[in-house]
Amino acid sequence: MNSPISITVNGTRHTIDLTDPRITLLDLLRERLDLTGSKKGCDRGQCGACTILVDGRRTNSCLALAISHDGADILTIEGVAHGDTLDPVQAAFIAHDGLQCGYCTPGQIMSAIGLIREGHAGTDPERVREGMSGNLCRCGAYAGITAAVIDAQRTLDQAGPGRAGQEHAA
Amino acid sequence: MNSFDYVRPASIPEAIAAASVPGAAYLAAGTNLVDLMKGGIARPTRLVDVARIPGLSAIEPLPDGGMRIGAFVRNADLAYDPAFAGAYPAVAEALLSGASAQLRNAATAGGNLLQRTRCAYFYDTASACNKRTRGTGCDARGGENRLHAILGWSEDCIATNPSDFCVPLAAFDAVVEIEGVGGRREIPLTELHRLPGDTPERDTVLEAGDLIVGIRLPDASAFARHARYLKVRERTSYAFAVVSAAAGLELRDGRIAAARIALGGVALKPWRAREAEALLAGVEPDADAFRRAADAALEGARPSGDNAFKIELARRIIVRALTLAAAGTPERLPALPASPFGA
Repeated sequence: MNSPISITVNGTRHTIDLTDPRITLLDLLRERLDLTGSKKGCDRGQCGACTILVDGRRTNSCLALAISHDGADILTIEGVAHGDTLDPVQAAFIAHDGLQCGYCTPGQIMSAIGLIREGHAGTDPERVREGMSGNLCRCGAYAGITAAVIDAQRTLDQAGPGRAGQEHAA
Repeated sequence: MNSFDYVRPASIPEAIAAASVPGAAYLAAGTNLVDLMKGGIARPTRLVDVARIPGLSAIEPLPDGGMRIGAFVRNADLAYDPAFAGAYPAVAEALLSGASAQLRNAATAGGNLLQRTRCAYFYDTASACNKRTRGTGCDARGGENRLHAILGWSEDCIATNPSDFCVPLAAFDAVVEIEGVGGRREIPLTELHRLPGDTPERDTVLEAGDLIVGIRLPDASAFARHARYLKVRERTSYAFAVVSAAAGLELRDGRIAAARIALGGVALKPWRAREAEALLAGVEPDADAFRRAADAALEGARPSGDNAFKIELARRIIVRALTLAAAGTPERLPALPASPFGA
């Protein structure tokens, strides 16, 4: 079958002929659009390495069929920085050593951006840890990740409400 | 994953017609179905994508004081809806204790009701499983079964229902609205899921083409200030229940006017404990009364393997959930929803 879908990824609109209804958003990003920042960890919705924002909400791209997301507005890790300026969440991950091998990091950062936008965790470490539990880190960089998310939240609070990733996910 | 036809009907009647053929399955978010398809456990030949059918994504107050949840309301949107969470705090707590934030952002209310068991033998296509393929046997019997059912199980199947959402829905008398080939009908949530018997391949009473369009909860304001969900997991977050309980108390003049109790993780359906509720009516809310209620709720329980510990655990979870409910619904949801380690 051939079904054209239209999706916006990091501000650019794409019309894509889907050759197979089984293609997930993750495979579409990685194999059709060469956006390999989103990682295929478990491919079963358990690890969070594939986390992206779909219409502003963090979700597991490995469990989302591309064909059912015609018209979606997607933000991936490739669209987070503003030119050479890192997003505050990216900068905080570096400042707090929120990573070791880096494989889970794109998913962690997208999840953190989603968490901050949702606005339920604030700077409470327990709520941040709970809100980030859908992202596994086999290196165990959790302490740095939690500190990074809290720091990024504070930076964004000072800059004005709800700015994380906003510019690229209109 | 097997290949399939994909259709996206624009209306409920079109969806029912498209899904009434053998091999068809409804697709909402797909957070469970796509996973099952990747594992070869579900092999639908046609997916009927219903997530965009208009009019099924609202959370609405009802004239009788209850609320209606459209079938395609996302779990996170429901849990964080201030009016809904205020009216049904135990339901919100249960939703937020389930899965991860990413999954809750996608998964729908109707889909939650229809998620399938997480029994490892059901997921492993090299294992015998009567639920996956009728008549092949059950490798969970005599296998790794410490997390399996203690109530309502059969020789053919000892799996449990994994839903948190369904537990308080069962406790607070939710009704499921269904559109099907024969028109519209409603059934109590407690009658949606089937016990395994000798036909464990059928999870629910739904027929081919049946589409859940909404869930109604009656007025539960009498319980809203004393309602909790408590869930013991093998890790604090992002894990299914070993045992869970929803508890609601209507307290009047220092006594229990009415109680609502349901258990999760113990059977192939959410387990409403009406005998326990009856024992609590009219008595003072103290530890002895809660323990008597818990004993009554587990009276018919028996281990299906290495899981006798779950019977006493379930009693203690009921006592603890009732104790927490009596202490009062917290102003703000705890940082760790439904956790025994939460504040």
